[in-house]
Amino acid sequence: MENINTYTISIYTENNIGLLNRISAIFQRRHINIESLNTSISEIEGVSRFTIVVNLEEDRIKKIVGQIEKQVEVIKAYYHTDEETIYQESCMFKLKSDLLFEEREIQNIIKDSNARIVTVNKEFFVLEKSGRRNEIEQLYRDFSAYGIMQFVRSGRIAVTKDEMKISQMLAAFN
Amino acid sequence: MTTETVKATQTATEKTVRISGSEAIIKCMLAEGVEILYGYPGGAIMPVYDELYKYRDQIHHVLTRHEQGAAHAAQGYARISGKVGVAMATSGPGATNLITGIADAQIDSTPLVCITGQVASHLLGSDAFQETDIVGISTPVTKWNVQITKAADIPEVMAKAFYIARSGRPGPVLVDITKDAQFEEFDFKYEKCKSVRSYKSVCKTNPESVKKAADLINSAKKPMIVWGQGIILGKAEAELKAVIEKAGIPSAWTILGASALPTSHPLNIGMVGMHGNYAPNMLTNECDVLIAIGMRFDDRVTGNLATYAKQAKVVHFEIDPAEIDKNVKTDVAVLGDAKASLTALLPLLNETTHTEWHNKFKELYAVEYEKVIKDDLHPTKEGLTMGEVINQINEQSKGDAAIVSDVGQHQMIACRYAKFNKTKSNITSGGLGTMGFALPAAIGAKMAAPDRDVVAIIGDGGYQMNIQELGTIFQQKVPVKIVVLNNEFLGMVRQWQQLFFDKRYASTEMTNPDFVAIAKGYYIDAKRVSKREELADAVAEMMACEGAYFLEVCVEKEDNVFPMIPTGASVSDIRLS
Repeated sequence: MENINTYTISIYTENNIGLLNRISAIFQRRHINIESLNTSISEIEGVSRFTIVVNLEEDRIKKIVGQIEKQVEVIKAYYHTDEETIYQESCMFKLKSDLLFEEREIQNIIKDSNARIVTVNKEFFVLEKSGRRNEIEQLYRDFSAYGIMQFVRSGRIAVTKDEMKISQMLAAFN
Repeated sequence: MTTETVKATQTATEKTVRISGSEAIIKCMLAEGVEILYGYPGGAIMPVYDELYKYRDQIHHVLTRHEQGAAHAAQGYARISGKVGVAMATSGPGATNLITGIADAQIDSTPLVCITGQVASHLLGSDAFQETDIVGISTPVTKWNVQITKAADIPEVMAKAFYIARSGRPGPVLVDITKDAQFEEFDFKYEKCKSVRSYKSVCKTNPESVKKAADLINSAKKPMIVWGQGIILGKAEAELKAVIEKAGIPSAWTILGASALPTSHPLNIGMVGMHGNYAPNMLTNECDVLIAIGMRFDDRVTGNLATYAKQAKVVHFEIDPAEIDKNVKTDVAVLGDAKASLTALLPLLNETTHTEWHNKFKELYAVEYEKVIKDDLHPTKEGLTMGEVINQINEQSKGDAAIVSDVGQHQMIACRYAKFNKTKSNITSGGLGTMGFALPAAIGAKMAAPDRDVVAIIGDGGYQMNIQELGTIFQQKVPVKIVVLNNEFLGMVRQWQQLFFDKRYASTEMTNPDFVAIAKGYYIDAKRVSKREELADAVAEMMACEGAYFLEVCVEKEDNVFPMIPTGASVSDIRLS
């Protein structure tokens, strides 16, 4: 059996209703768990980008990308290893404001982690942190001891180190 | 072109006419050349049906007795005509009843446009009467699907739907239209779709990959071709024949590839797969180069992938990039349309005969003939066999009939033994294995090819899954020939129970009604035969009948279909008994 690796799939698509359903069904049908999923606009006007993270063997990821590309509204799909991409996740913590003023350690954690304070009021303050999954998880562990009021983490977003030819390809369409 | 001509052309293409969404749907169909559509009216599609009444001299609507029948009839129409089949239904149950036919069309690459009515847009998501999320439901079984909520979107969407359904690897498209969009008026203008930005229908054949394929084929001592429906869909029958003949390659077919090359062609070595012929299955694991053309290495063809053609270099000619290396790893992949790829391949091939290698197929055929075929086609035991019925149809039709088969033992027998002189003559449910397919599909096939004899071969189980379509046959006066091979069993399941479940015949025996009386109840000429001496005359009477005809043949109850590759076994483990 081949080794399982983490792969980031980048999919450039038309911005049409129902496509998320169509793409997620490809994974569902093959019993592949999606570790993270993000959709957004892309660098090309009118073109959406899906960023999907899965843990899979390379042989299977190739087939999945083939099936994704086959969808009528998918312009192009790629898969990349972690080494081939620059990737980040984003998260937000909501904590009690008392902690900020009474626990010196909290201030140190914020400073050391390069987290950013988004808002502060009498009741709570909100931190935002972007980084690798392990950095976010460490921050979560650090704050857990003090009590987290709310926590949310985004899906991975990634850009490749190498150029993807998508811009060139789409220039031909536009 | 003069300036005046340019202006006139521009004016013509920009000309609009204010009509309702319903009328627009019909005008779109007319612009796409639709002459026949199959369907069933209901509340959410009534505005379109109302407009259809106005256009009834231009589009012939066939009222099937169930929406599943409409989808299968549209499939039969598409498969024999090569055109897009069209089915229409109302929302909710009407739409969901189409799903089996849509799924069947998806896996068998049949071009279909299905139009469904939907509740008014302000009711969407409210669990309104006869509302279902048909776009969500049909997503995994359509090539493309879409919901229209504004009449102005109809022309572009319909043009795209027909283009996507018929281009590249064909498939089913579903267009769901809310009732308010059907009523809404707008300025209609239609332009056929020629491309979709995100959709590349066919890759241009790469000459380098063709060269690599040719080199491999020319170097082969024991080459073997397996072709599939891609030949028929790509209209590449002549090119296939030329390649086979020039390179002298023994060539086998998948169930959906049947009839692309005449059965009588000396290099036609028969069917591969679970109930295929002995020689091509055995020798798949001996050939040195396996050339797959327009086929997708279905598990019913390959058996155990771990042992399938492991000794061979594999060349795969294929239109769908996602099929390359999906099941079988290829050494050379030639992407593109089969006709273009084979045309490019032909001049690069050496003229050879591979006589010794071909003789091996003949030797194994002789073994299969002695152990299986002889008793199937020319039995000496008392009970009628399914094979001799097919043989009788072959003799009387001279191989010119189109055979529409359902799913089960009779299907395998029909595909194994039917003789085909012409392409597009074998219409069956290959990938999905849909019982109930044949009776409605035969309606569509006969309406698409009225000059051809269309014979539906159906088991007693599958016949009763869509038996209500006898009503459509009667009302539409479709002169289709229906042969039910009645063994009072769900025969294929019974065979598996016998072979793999210690003869525990759980729920496979059928107590059947008087099929002849039922057919006559629909005013269809009918006869039942159970003796060998009656068979030839009955088939002759059926073939000579100008109208529809129903023939029930009572065959042996517990007959089995051999050869057989048990599920998961290697193709070379094929059993003859």
